[in-house]
Formats: sequence, structure tokens, C-alpha cells
Amino acid sequence: MLKDITIGQYFPGTSVIHRLDPRMKIVLTIVYVVLLFLVENLAGFVLSVVFVLAAYLIARIPVKMIAKSIKPILPILLFTMLLNLFFVRGTVIWQWGVLEITREGVRLSVLMVIRILCLIAGTSLLTYTTSPMTLTDGIERLLKPLGKVHFPVHELAMMMTIALRFIPTLVEETEKIMAAQKARGADMETGSLIHRAKALVPILIPLFLSAFRRAEELALAMECRCYHGGKGRTRMKQMHLAPRDLWALLLTAAALAAVIVCNIFFGSLYG
Amino acid sequence: MGTILTLEHLTYTYSPDTPFEKVALDDIDLSIEAGEFVGVIGHTGSGKSTLIQHMNGLLQPTKGRVLFRGRDIWEDKKKLRQIRFAVGLVFQYPEYQLFEETVEKDIAFGPTNMGLSPDEIKGRVREAASLVGLPEALLKKSPFELSGGQKRRVAIAGVIAMRPQVLILDEPTAGLDPRGREMILRQIKEYHTKMGNTVLLVSHSMDDVARFASRVLVMNRSRVFAYDTPEAVFCRGGELREIGLSVPQMTMVADALRQRGYPLPEGIYTVEQAAQALLLLFRGGDAPC
Repeated sequence: MLKDITIGQYFPGTSVIHRLDPRMKIVLTIVYVVLLFLVENLAGFVLSVVFVLAAYLIARIPVKMIAKSIKPILPILLFTMLLNLFFVRGTVIWQWGVLEITREGVRLSVLMVIRILCLIAGTSLLTYTTSPMTLTDGIERLLKPLGKVHFPVHELAMMMTIALRFIPTLVEETEKIMAAQKARGADMETGSLIHRAKALVPILIPLFLSAFRRAEELALAMECRCYHGGKGRTRMKQMHLAPRDLWALLLTAAALAAVIVCNIFFGSLYG
Repeated sequence: MGTILTLEHLTYTYSPDTPFEKVALDDIDLSIEAGEFVGVIGHTGSGKSTLIQHMNGLLQPTKGRVLFRGRDIWEDKKKLRQIRFAVGLVFQYPEYQLFEETVEKDIAFGPTNMGLSPDEIKGRVREAASLVGLPEALLKKSPFELSGGQKRRVAIAGVIAMRPQVLILDEPTAGLDPRGREMILRQIKEYHTKMGNTVLLVSHSMDDVARFASRVLVMNRSRVFAYDTPEAVFCRGGELREIGLSVPQMTMVADALRQRGYPLPEGIYTVEQAAQALLLLFRGGDAPC
């Protein structure tokens, strides 16, 4: 059950997309999100779906992973769909009491759903193809200019790195503690809501204790190795842009341009 | 008493259909007789921990069956909890799962889940505490005030208090000092003799296994390498070394002596046996060749 959390779950591979510079991948993901919000017509939507699917194929990430990452936001998806379905004014095609569905509503809700799906698929691809450590390195480099205004970029990146590093550890720890309490007959799956909330106590207390213990040990270990923040710190792995990064940028820019052109020539669906 | 646990063609795969897919158990067939003291040995990653988690239904086999007293434990999922009370499992570093305000309450967690009466629970807590050698005075203390070894014993008592028919311990002495190790091992042995139930002890120490076990289960690369009496298993010293395991120190000493020409019998694996064989040899007056 805990293993179903896919955010930040890296899917190792050696595809071109895996090897892209993390900075470029972050920028491209942002560009893709912007693209999704610029799209105004069917041609644009087709383009954005094809774009993200092609990226999955190139990265050799099984497409069913998209389904996995969508599962947690299914309620939001449904809510958006219903909201658009019932509250958009226009040509009424179905009516029951105060509820009415319009042609525009149907169209818009379908498009909204596609947009959200692409959004999730696109951003998940970033975390599927980039290891968390590389990702935070990329973020740190991208945010570096902010350091000029005394924004603690390095500290922030270090916090993110540590947090990301410890997610799998804590998940594993939780599973272990759950198994141990289950072995003593703890029942977490049945009973009323209050009963189930109470059943969490035997898991949360040991988990908190171990998280604090780990934090303390880590702080000590870092101090032992003379960690003193980002000042004067050099990197073992330098990031360099390669030709493939430029090609990726070019392709994404072309997609963005195509969407804008579509908007100009095919008009808008939003009327 | 007959067979208590049977594993049939047990196979388990972690994270199937992902790049992390890993077969942890590969077609395991095993039956454990009631009343045995089984020592389980194997490398880290040989499948020991996965194996024992199948025995009380914490993991569901990918393929194959787990039988407890002849019945498939997955036949009726509602009865799984009963299986967990009957097959007590003490995990590695069990002190990290303590959570109650007092030692007494923590040991009582299992029995309370079984739905026993308060008097019965109280009796079992005392019994379990004395079995692992915890003084009464500690029962009212917070488990977090205790020393590492004491915490460990509280955690073991928490499982023993359920009076399981099979007690499985995953490296109960890991991270303890020699005295703590010795105490825990001796108490487990005592518990086994007193209660006459089945005990499975996972350990990295060949010597501990040699001293206490009536059967030895050797796991290697997700499979059962051997399941036999200690004599029979430690006779295969060469093969054991080949898979990166060793034999008990006394077996090594006996082998070395034999190589130097002292006619010691095979199948020596404890200090007592070695002492006896040597005495016999010297009193018999056999001169070294």
C-alpha cells in the first residue's frame, strides 16, 4: 500500500531522456506546463498528448506508470470534470431539475481532464527519469542566482536532498513497524474510523522516535565530516550541457511554437 | 507431535513487473516438526527474513502454499490473526517497536489484541517477563528508560506473552554485547525446554546455532541449501565454505586436528563434544600417527 506512492519514484534507465541535464529537464517540464495552459483548441490538445506519450516511449517508461501516478488525484479529476460539466453555460443538451449539461460543458470538461492528465504525466516523467539527488542538484543550480539576494539556496537544496533521501528509509521503517505490530495482532484494516485511528498509535510512536534518532545521528555524522554549509563547497559531478540537451530544448520549443500557431489559426474552444 | 509448519513450492517475488523485481524465495519445500529448535542460517539477502514472514502470514506467497497444522493459512483471511498469535514472530531489532507508557502495557499489547480477560493478561505478562529474566520492578517503568538489552527482552516478552506454538526470532542477539547475547540465547533455550514448543532462531553465528539447534536450515540464494541435523549439515563443511558460510569453531578445530593425524570422529560442533572426544582420545592412549 505504501509502495504505491509514486511521487519521487525514480525509474532507472539509460534512455536519452534519462541522460538529459537535470537543469534542462526541469526547464523543459516547466515549458511543457506552460504549453498545456496555452492550449486553446483540439489540435493543440492532440499535440500535447502526442508529445508526452512520445516522451514516455523514448524514455522507455511503461505507459501504465501514468495510470499509477494518476490514481491519487482521481478525486480532483472527477471533481473538476463534474464542475465543468454542470456549471458551464451554453447550448443545453440535457436537463433534470436544476441540473443541466451544455455542449460547451461537455467539451470543456473533457479538455480539462486531458489537460490535468498531461500535467501529471509530464511532471511525473521528470521524477521517473531523474534520480532525486540529481533533481535537487539541478534545482540548486537553477536557483543559484537567488543566492545574491541572500536566499539560502544551498541550505534549501540540502534540506530537500535529505528529505528525499529519507522518504524510502521512512517508508521501509513504517512497513517494518507495521509488520512487527501486525505480528502482535494489531488490526489496522477493520473496525470503525476511531478504532483505526487508535490503531495508528503503535505505529506512529516508534516511527517518530526513529525519525528523531536518525536526524540526530545524521547531524552528528555531518558535523564529524566538518559540514559547514554551501560556502566554498565544490562538486564531484559537474553538470555540462550536451548537444542532446539543445535538441530537447529545440523540440520542446517547436512544440510550444506549434501550439501558439494552432491558437492563432484554429481559434479558441473557449469562445 | 507431527508436522507443525509446511511450506509447499513457496515462491515470492518482490516488486513484480518493475525494474526492481527480485525473486526472494524460489520454490521452497520444507516441513518443520513440532517441538524442534531450528537454527536458520544464511547470508544477508538469502531469503531468511522473507521466509519467516511467510510463516505467520505477513507476506502472501506469490506461488505455493503455507500450511499450519495441515491447513492453508491463506484459506480464510479472517483467521490470519489467529495464525499470528499461534506463530509468534520477533523481528530484528525488536526494541524499536516499543510504544507504550510502561513495560507492562507494552508486553500486554499482544494478549490484549487476542481479547483475553484482564486477569489472564496480567498473568501472562508476569510469566513472559520472568521467562526473559525481567525483574518485576521494571514492569512499571517506561520502556524508553531501559538499556538496550532490557528493551530487547521486553520486545521478546511481548511476543512470548501470546504463548505462541511456534516462536520465530530473527537475529535476537544482533547488536548486543557478549553477556547480553549469552543471556538472551540461554533464556530462549530455557523457554524452549520449559514450554516444549517449536522455536526458529535466525542467526549469523554458526556457534550459537550449533549449541542450541536440533535442526539446521541453511538458506542460499533464495533456496533451501540444507535442512538436517547439525551433524549432517556441518559435515558438509566444504560446501558450506563454498557458499561463503563457515562451520562452528569446534568443527574447524576438529578438522585441523584430524589433518594433523589425530583420529577424531566426524560431527563435532560444540565445545562439550570436542572435549569429550579429546578426553577419549587421550585416555585411550592412541598415539598420534
